Amino acid sequence: MGPLGDAIKKALLAALVTFGLSFPIVVFVTSVNLSNQLVLQQRWWLAALFAGAAFIIAFAIAILRPGGTERAPLTTVMSTAPPHPIIRALPRVGLVFLIAYPFLVLLATGNAGAVKWIDNFGIQILIYILLAWGLNVIVGFAGLLDLGFVAFYAVGAYSTGLLAKTFGLSFWILLPLAGILAAFWALIVGLPVLRLRGDYIAIVTLAFAEIVRLVLVNWVPVTGGYAGVSGIPAPSIAGYTFTMGPNNIATALGLPPSPLYRLFFLFYLILALVVLCYWVTTRLRTLPVGRAWEAMREDEIACRSLGISIAKTKLSAMAAGAFFGGLGGAFFASRQGFISPESFVFMESAVLVAIVVLGGLGNMMGVAIAAVVMIGGTELLRELTVLKRVFGQDFDPTQYRMLLFGLAMVMIMVWRPKGLIASREPSVRLGSKPPARTGPVTVPAE
Amino acid sequence: MDYFLQQLINGLTLGSIYGLIAIGYTMVYGIIGMVNFAHGDVFMVSAFIALILFLILTQILGIAAIGFALLIVLVLGMALTSLWGWVIERLAYRPLRGSFRLAPLISAIGMSIFLSNFVQLMQGPNNKSLEPILTNVLVIPMGAGTVTLAEKQLLIMVVTAALLAILWYVVQRTPLGRAQRACEQDRQMAALLGVDVNRTVALTFIMGAALASVAGLLWITYYGVVSFSDGFVPGIKAFTAAVLGGIGSLPGAVLGGLLIGLIETFWSAYFSIDYKDVAAFSILAIVLIFMPSGLLGRPDVEKV
Repeated sequence: MGPLGDAIKKALLAALVTFGLSFPIVVFVTSVNLSNQLVLQQRWWLAALFAGAAFIIAFAIAILRPGGTERAPLTTVMSTAPPHPIIRALPRVGLVFLIAYPFLVLLATGNAGAVKWIDNFGIQILIYILLAWGLNVIVGFAGLLDLGFVAFYAVGAYSTGLLAKTFGLSFWILLPLAGILAAFWALIVGLPVLRLRGDYIAIVTLAFAEIVRLVLVNWVPVTGGYAGVSGIPAPSIAGYTFTMGPNNIATALGLPPSPLYRLFFLFYLILALVVLCYWVTTRLRTLPVGRAWEAMREDEIACRSLGISIAKTKLSAMAAGAFFGGLGGAFFASRQGFISPESFVFMESAVLVAIVVLGGLGNMMGVAIAAVVMIGGTELLRELTVLKRVFGQDFDPTQYRMLLFGLAMVMIMVWRPKGLIASREPSVRLGSKPPARTGPVTVPAE
Repeated sequence: MDYFLQQLINGLTLGSIYGLIAIGYTMVYGIIGMVNFAHGDVFMVSAFIALILFLILTQILGIAAIGFALLIVLVLGMALTSLWGWVIERLAYRPLRGSFRLAPLISAIGMSIFLSNFVQLMQGPNNKSLEPILTNVLVIPMGAGTVTLAEKQLLIMVVTAALLAILWYVVQRTPLGRAQRACEQDRQMAALLGVDVNRTVALTFIMGAALASVAGLLWITYYGVVSFSDGFVPGIKAFTAAVLGGIGSLPGAVLGGLLIGLIETFWSAYFSIDYKDVAAFSILAIVLIFMPSGLLGRPDVEKV
């Protein structure tokens, strides 16, 4: 048996296993018939399709990599070479593009199309970038896997909604307040988890986030339960609102009415928050506290023996990340005008963790690109009418979004644990200039 | 008194199911020190497999004897779910051995998301409910009132006890169990002494998945309904059970499962059903924070 025979053998095994996996769950689909009974329909072709795909993939892998599957590196590699010029220029170019974005869209699509492009793509993606950068501080910089980030988002959103409705506080007071309250919640969650090891932190933060959600669902007198909080006032500047109605900024300035003013305002508002987040976190990284985060991520015991307070380091990372989550929540609440527990389910946390992981833990530009691809990509897929023609009218790519997210998380961990985009940059270098040795320096994991 | 006893029976039934799932968490944690976040979803997949196999046997093949059908479903379901467990370990976890500490957990979260969405796509988002099976009940007079013990509750407790006895025998008395315990203590040393670590770990995943598949079948028999999202909450509760009992300890997982089942049932019966999941999550947080080694576990010593 030559290499070809081996490859065919492996591929046949893969096809057989795939067929075994899909035997009951793909071949038979359960559905309810007219007399409300559960009945089976058979779909052998789909299982055959899966098995065929597995055959081809396994065959390709066996041919391309005859030495067996590649093992993940046993060491973490930190590049000491300066980053590629394109990556260095990315923040500036990106910012210029984002500032011009609403106008470019307006030029390209006209008034009607611009609403969708600014709202669904621009604002939506920027919210996710803000949240993912907040989570990136906790997971990427400090190495604390937080599966409950959505709780901070919820704290920000509900404190904004409830305080605005009960006390009539202005958005501009509530925005920092929401961030601070979320940071306080992070301290409350963080204090008990201080002593826990990595994977226990993940589970406990998940538990706390679920508790928050269940309280939001069940504490009806305050939170409204599933009905949520509605009628949250939109942000205004000096008494002028951007929505339709009295005191509209457009009528005050004598401009024709249009829904675009509100979108433009919201877009630049969230863009400002994102820029603030970038500015603060890149600076925090080079401060002693930021260096302590990264040192703790690499080796907690070494850190402790060098006199770094692990408690302070963990809590500050969680509070800093949560602050941005709270800002995101405040923005979300006043943008929608309505919040309900449905927006704060575990899946949101999982999406954010997926974005941070795919972007390369700790790499801010990578995380931003991952957010654009993941959130914008699925929105784009929905736009493609070609797909509808191929897969039928009820084809909805958002159904496949989470499936691909999950698959991508596994594949990234197996093949490129450093993320798709680039390797992590050390924020502090030994000496003033990079050392002469440009090859990768290996640091033993753990 | 009769109300209390009734809740006790209900709690023990639920606890048996949690205990069976918890064993999968605790064995995997014991041997490679990872939280297999996807285990709850393996349980959900197994419940679907059991449901579909049962429908195939009764509707397509026309087997009328429910007990016989359930036995076939049990055996076939264990085999098919084990295949899932094996493939997941092989593809998503084995390549990560020796990678950085959070990598397996992140991979497991991805797997969990993948599994629940895969089942949603394949089987649709609706609840799948089966007509009630094994509806006989034993009515036991007890003081002023009566306590009902359903046939399926009895079945669940008997099956759980039998499986635990088998598992106990495998772990304590067979070469495989010896290899597992050796890997648990020191994987490198075990490998040096000729234990095939990869095979042992794979078999551990297979055993966990097989027990989860029994839990899935029992779940279908008991509740008669399953949906693609049913892996998350029972999974977390079973993990809580494993942690409460002391993660890594087999009797601990069963004890923890029974306790969680009892706490949840009594909480719903005497306090409020709305907050029953809050109770489970709070126990998880409290146990992890104040006694991370659980009831029967050994303290986790950090070696430098």
